[in-house]
Amino acid sequence: MNQLIISAATEGATSPLMPNVWEMGVVLVGFAVLMYIVVKFIVPMFEKTFAERAEAIEGGIAKAEKAQAEASAALEEYKQQLNDARAEANRIREEARAEGAQILADLKEKAAAESARITAQAHVQIESERQAAVVSLRSEVGTLATTLAGRIVGEALTDDERSARVVDRFLADLENQNAGAAQ
Amino acid sequence: MHLPAILPWGAADGFSKQMLLVILSVVIIATFFLLAARKQQLVPGKLQFAGEMAYGFVRNSIAKDIIGGKDFMKYVPLLFSLFFFILVNNIYGAIPVIQLPSFSHVGGAYVLAGIVYFTWIGIGIKKNGIKYFKLATVPSGVPFYILPIVVPIEIISNFLVRPVTHSLRLFATMLAGHLIVMLAGSGIEYLVMQENLLLKGTSVLVLVGAIAMYMLEALIMALQAYVFTLLTAIYIEGALHADSH
Repeated sequence: MNQLIISAATEGATSPLMPNVWEMGVVLVGFAVLMYIVVKFIVPMFEKTFAERAEAIEGGIAKAEKAQAEASAALEEYKQQLNDARAEANRIREEARAEGAQILADLKEKAAAESARITAQAHVQIESERQAAVVSLRSEVGTLATTLAGRIVGEALTDDERSARVVDRFLADLENQNAGAAQ
Repeated sequence: MHLPAILPWGAADGFSKQMLLVILSVVIIATFFLLAARKQQLVPGKLQFAGEMAYGFVRNSIAKDIIGGKDFMKYVPLLFSLFFFILVNNIYGAIPVIQLPSFSHVGGAYVLAGIVYFTWIGIGIKKNGIKYFKLATVPSGVPFYILPIVVPIEIISNFLVRPVTHSLRLFATMLAGHLIVMLAGSGIEYLVMQENLLLKGTSVLVLVGAIAMYMLEALIMALQAYVFTLLTAIYIEGALHADSH
């Protein structure tokens, strides 16, 4: 080591700034070869990868944005549907309530009508029964009266036609009398 | 400043270790990046990720940030090749046994600085025509009576000094680092060989200092690759936009 430095120093007739031409040649050729490889292969390969990656990332971003937009659209749609469903449910509830009230009213009305009908029927029946009672009472009163009168008079008032005429006249008078009193 | 050659062995001239290392660097860089870029997966593996990081560093942090615009892609291959060519050749100096930064021999630095020099002048002429030399040497907005002073300074600094500093900066830092490590190594060797035990012991101090210098050199090796490439990008940018400077 010492010898080497000493030899280099004593040899130093040549300045360190004086280049060795062969070294320059090797560096020139070596650098030219390196430049060729770099220009021809290395830079294009890296740039291609970079470009592909940039494209992939940008494509991915675009895809993600699209998915985001779709998701928010779907969410919006679901919210809309939910709102619609709520409104629908409300509407149905209201309708049911109204319908219930309607049914109640109908039933009440029907019941009232039924009771009215029953009352009317009862009235009619009562009237007809009263009529029948009047008719039977009249004939019975006639018979009773003739029998009573026959006993009083002592004469058989068996002539039915005549007795019937008498009774009818009497009843007509009675009715006239009643009518006059009413007036 | 030239080591004895490998072929023919020990000769003053011939195929040297430095030349072998330069060729090896081309093989290393090409192999690494071709392997890294080969698969072209959208989700990169470890090797591809490392390659993309390295490529992306030069592409984005140097080419895009300095040159910018739409046409920075044209200069990415040059900057990329420069950065890794210099980086690998510098790092040689930090690897035991190899321990020879290629650019501690000035020839390589001259070649690279020369390539860059003719590149940016070519770009300037192509972009602005022959008027480029006026744009590059006559700053706008300077009073006419100062121009006789400014123009020669601009000519000297841009067209004469620039390639020299560009190449010598790389060469000098590498040579200096190389010398310091060598010097520390031989210093330790010398001290260890001493009879006096105390004097022998001081070699430990030199060793500690040498390790610190070694770390510093490793940093400078990476830094100089970056600086050389960054300056190249700045020169190209200056030539591209000469009319706005």
